Amino acid sequence: MAEFLRNLARILAAYALLAGSIVLLAATGVVNPYWVQILELACVVAISAQGLNVIYGYTGLFSLGHAAFLGIGAYTAAYLMKTVGGQSQVLFFTALLAGGGAAAVIACLIGLPALRLTSDYLGIATLGFGIIMKVVFDNADSFLPELGGARGMTGITKMTTVPWVVFFLLVSLLIVRNTIHSSYGRAIISIREDEIAAETMGIDTFRYKMVGFVMGCAFAGVAGGLYAHLYAFLHPSNFDFFKSIDILVIVVLGGLGNMSGVLVASFGWIFLLEGLRVVLPPGYVELRWVLIPVLLIVTMLLRPQGLFGTREFPFLRGRLYR
Amino acid sequence: MEYFAQQVINGLQLGFVYALIALGYTMVYGIVRLINFAHGDVFMIGAFIGFYTIERYHLPLALVFLSAMAGCTVLAVLIELLAYRPLRHAPKIASLITAIGVSLFLEYFTSLRQVFGPNFYSFPRPFPVVIWEVGGILVTNIQAVILVVTVLCLLFLQFIVFRTKMGRGMRAVSYDYVTAGLMGVNVNRVISFTFGLGAALAGVGGVLYGIAYPQVNTFMGFMPGLKAFTAAVLGGIGNIPGAVLGALIMGQSETMVSAYLSSTYRDGIAFVILILVLLWKPTGILGAPRAEKV
Repeated sequence: MAEFLRNLARILAAYALLAGSIVLLAATGVVNPYWVQILELACVVAISAQGLNVIYGYTGLFSLGHAAFLGIGAYTAAYLMKTVGGQSQVLFFTALLAGGGAAAVIACLIGLPALRLTSDYLGIATLGFGIIMKVVFDNADSFLPELGGARGMTGITKMTTVPWVVFFLLVSLLIVRNTIHSSYGRAIISIREDEIAAETMGIDTFRYKMVGFVMGCAFAGVAGGLYAHLYAFLHPSNFDFFKSIDILVIVVLGGLGNMSGVLVASFGWIFLLEGLRVVLPPGYVELRWVLIPVLLIVTMLLRPQGLFGTREFPFLRGRLYR
Repeated sequence: MEYFAQQVINGLQLGFVYALIALGYTMVYGIVRLINFAHGDVFMIGAFIGFYTIERYHLPLALVFLSAMAGCTVLAVLIELLAYRPLRHAPKIASLITAIGVSLFLEYFTSLRQVFGPNFYSFPRPFPVVIWEVGGILVTNIQAVILVVTVLCLLFLQFIVFRTKMGRGMRAVSYDYVTAGLMGVNVNRVISFTFGLGAALAGVGGVLYGIAYPQVNTFMGFMPGLKAFTAAVLGGIGNIPGAVLGALIMGQSETMVSAYLSSTYRDGIAFVILILVLLWKPTGILGAPRAEKV
């Protein structure tokens, strides 16, 4: 009990320090609002990347449709906030959880048939699901006019703030860390390492694959809700195949099954994208997407196991390795 | 009824173009187990080679096809040599991310103003369009050209895979890469050849696509590439007749959805079919189940 309280105090202190310092920097004008927004985006991306890390990095399920779950969460949360109205923080929190819940329920429905597929076939099925969801978002106005369909969804309140994104990022890291170092985590990792051996050891592989998949998708759903209320505008193209690829690239660059690496890669990726916008001379911004693939190819050629390999930050290590 | 038959013809036209792209995916996957995301962009380059050779140099149609094939082959062999070969023994995901990188690079590099530019260009018709009416159904000479060229390509491919030494090498490497190497097959050369062969077909597909849907853009390869790959999986990846069958199903379903439902649902239907088929037969319609070795 005492240890639990001590840990809780530590986490709260870390949270207060992180969120507080960013808010302070923003309030005093050291960091301008544009960069604060990018920081918030980076946190949102980091949450959804941690989700894909659970799915692909730890459970070994190849998913190319992660952005679809982000979209499900985003549209669910935005729809709830918009129909109930108001700017209550409690409602916002509920809407985010509902977004995560909706993503989890749909992940469960998709997982029931799809998780029987293996490796690349699962990738293609999830890719297909991603494209189907994009078509659904594009045509969403035909069944729910508030969602806006291909014209985009407007009239969302900007609710996402630094304390919220930092809170959810810390919670997601905690959940992933504690799950991975529990018996659930060991079961999940054993599936990635060798599914047949895991099954022989009496692990209900389908059930644990489902746990990993649904958990990762729920993270994406929450991140989607935060994303919706960050830019106060949603468009189906925010959740297309390229966005799934973005998250996959982050997870692979950081190192599959490496929380610290994925965390750093999320921030690195977003700041690289935005940083190049500032660094490149005007008129050469298109060069961004010529340089990034080159960087990506070179990184993969030099470090195919990801930037971090197997090292973790101390606070993300399991008890055994601390 | 006539409307339906007309849509079948339109679907065949689309399906044949998909088939030419799908073959490259399926052969490469069959040999190196890599989803070559850059293949759709090789197809785009083929379409642009067609665009320039017709618009600028007014080459005869046969030479247009040959130059697109040659250009795409060289490009694909280079990509394989520079980007994929060094990663042959790295984890599979590293090659996949590299393939995505190559794809993005080709799209954005060619869309620079100094290269092809970001605009949509209208593809010149290399021959005047003739429309025939057969029993109330309209058939154009474009469709005839697509049919003839695709069938010729398929026969040519069939010949290479089943009647030449290189084709035997391809089949051997796809069956068991390590053992084939031990038996004296030059695995690297076979892989290069496969990339080149697939790219040549994609080049032909690019030119045909440009003729049939007369607009080219540097991002045009993405969706057809994705659908062709899906078609290859649908038919059973690694299986050549399967790729053609999958592509024809894909072309039909897309055309039918556009004709009878709404074209906004067009991109979704292909994937609904794919998921249903994978659930029923996880290795695709004509794919043989692979035994799992413990």
